[in-house]
Amino acid sequence: MIALSALLSRFGGVNLLPLVLAIIALPLIGSFSSWVTLTAAGLAMGMMIFLMASGLSLVFGLMDVLNFGHSAFISFGAFIAASVLAGLASWLHGGNPALNLAAILLAIAAATAFGALAGWFFERVIVRPVYRDHLRQILVTVGALIIAEQLILAIWGGSPVAVPRPAILSGSFVIGNATIEIYRVFAFILGLIVYGVLTLVLNRTRTGLLIRAGVENREMVEALGFRIDRLFIAVFMAGSALAAMGGAMWAGYQGLISGTIGSEMLILVFIVVIIGGLGSIEGSLLGAMLVGLLGNYVAFLLPKMSLASNMLLMMAVLLWRPYGLRPAVKR
Amino acid sequence: MIVASRPFAPGRLIVHAVVGLIGLVLLFAPFLFHDFRAQEVAARICVFVVLVASYDLLIGYTGIVSFAHTMFFGLGAYGTAVALKGMGPSFAAILAGGLAGVAAALVLAFLIGLLSLRVKSIFFAMVTLAAASVMLVLASQLSNLTGGEDGLTYSVPHLFAPSMKFLTDADGHAVKLFGTALNGRLAVYYFVFVASLLLFLLMLRLVASPMGTVLEAIRENEMRAEAIGYRVVAYRTAIFCIAAVIAALAGVLRAVWLKYTGPDVALSFSIMVDILLMVVIGGMGTMIGSVIGVAVMTLAQFYLKDVMEAAASVTAAVPLLPKLFDPDRWLLWLGLLFILLVYFFPAGIAGTLMGKGKRR
Repeated sequence: MIALSALLSRFGGVNLLPLVLAIIALPLIGSFSSWVTLTAAGLAMGMMIFLMASGLSLVFGLMDVLNFGHSAFISFGAFIAASVLAGLASWLHGGNPALNLAAILLAIAAATAFGALAGWFFERVIVRPVYRDHLRQILVTVGALIIAEQLILAIWGGSPVAVPRPAILSGSFVIGNATIEIYRVFAFILGLIVYGVLTLVLNRTRTGLLIRAGVENREMVEALGFRIDRLFIAVFMAGSALAAMGGAMWAGYQGLISGTIGSEMLILVFIVVIIGGLGSIEGSLLGAMLVGLLGNYVAFLLPKMSLASNMLLMMAVLLWRPYGLRPAVKR
Repeated sequence: MIVASRPFAPGRLIVHAVVGLIGLVLLFAPFLFHDFRAQEVAARICVFVVLVASYDLLIGYTGIVSFAHTMFFGLGAYGTAVALKGMGPSFAAILAGGLAGVAAALVLAFLIGLLSLRVKSIFFAMVTLAAASVMLVLASQLSNLTGGEDGLTYSVPHLFAPSMKFLTDADGHAVKLFGTALNGRLAVYYFVFVASLLLFLLMLRLVASPMGTVLEAIRENEMRAEAIGYRVVAYRTAIFCIAAVIAALAGVLRAVWLKYTGPDVALSFSIMVDILLMVVIGGMGTMIGSVIGVAVMTLAQFYLKDVMEAAASVTAAVPLLPKLFDPDRWLLWLGLLFILLVYFFPAGIAGTLMGKGKRR
């Protein structure tokens, strides 16, 4: 038994869970081609959720701040991307793939930039006065969330907004019998790039070193003379920017967005962060993959259980590992 | 034994006087206000005082942040509604449905509590939020049981129906007392009022009991409470279950009064926001503060819209501003008020007046 668990942990331990899930799902689904389609959808969805969740997780890990207003960045990202895409409509439908790509990248960049700016404002005005007071933190960020949602309603109106998709990213291609949407591949690749950059920054730069040290023991890093609060504002901005990027991607994926997009995603993001363990990027990725895959498989097998299945997954993980699968903070 | 003598505080007097006044107005509400809408407001205040006070048990007295309180409220309401719809209008249906709803709330609260109250408060907030949203989805998906988005409309026992007359005059109409007909509507109002009052008194008794003191100790310093020998997890789970049961009972009252139960009135996230605002406005950790919070907030919901309509028409020439002053955007301003309150008056109206704000 011990030898088995040692073998398992050598091959990745809990990181194997998405793989195990995919393998279990294959016989249940039956058809290989639909399994491939669902798996691709799950991975793409997981990557987009990862974008949204990673920032929240880091912000919490570094400063013990849980931002219930995180979903506001997701919503704003989605709506800004939709507006930019609508503004560049002529770029989208021309045959020029470069313009197509430029339009979507511009939309994502606009959303991300706004996320960073809004994050700066949010940190300065909303969160800073209530550091180290969890109760008031939750209350204040919920208040900010209410305001942000109302602002979106005031600016973009209450009816759903259609998000145009560039010609190059619409449609799908076929491998064997399985159809895979191009947009999903795009989302997956973008997520992978972000994950790569985040890992590089966290593991290979001095800033990343400080962030990781701060997550592990903030007081010690402060005692050594580093200004954690300055670092924190950078992390907060990056986290908000990533959330807005995730929101922009999600808007393109859904095609039709309404003001509640943020709060809908926030539930999934919370589940991911709890499953993965607070404060760790790898944990967020793992949790997001599990949630994305399980969500898609269950939506195919038992459509009504989709959201509840993620809830059950979270409960199971909490029972097994109360601090999540790969926590960076053990407090 | 030394009893700390309280210095005479005018703030305390004001708060108690205001709460007493609100109580009196609620007691005579059917005779003071004859129009239907005002009575609806009065009944809503009664039910929400119970709901908000039970939430205050968690957030104010114990320091637990839960977002699942509407879930328990909704369980009570839906239990009653489903039973009244399925078994017909009888007291047996209210009893059975209410009990089922309360039992479901109790079991769910116990499970959530055991599972996640041992971890950080912030974790708990996330778990409850997720649970509440799943319940909301379930309620709209199990539409053959819950009526989906449309909700359930049903009739209540004959005693509570407007057609029920206690005293009839020569023409067969209900006898009027101070201009109010003595009919079933009066009966259901007093049913709601008395039940709310009893539940509220029960909670007042609870926070004055040794258990209430332990809860406050847990809020102030969890480690120290544990070190003295109180089982923090057990106390937290217990108070979470108690609050859930009381919230479910409030849900039963709401369902009986409204004769309608749907996601918007019993389960939606906006009710949770209302509860949060009411608790913070009234004052966390003060039972009677919840009465003030509910009254202020409920009146504001009707009053603020008129003010905003006026503001929107004044600023009609300026771009964007009229949109912000649109009566539908009242939540925006309440949200702003909420944040300012949390920053500057974390003790709320009652807490600030009674001098609790200087505790830290």
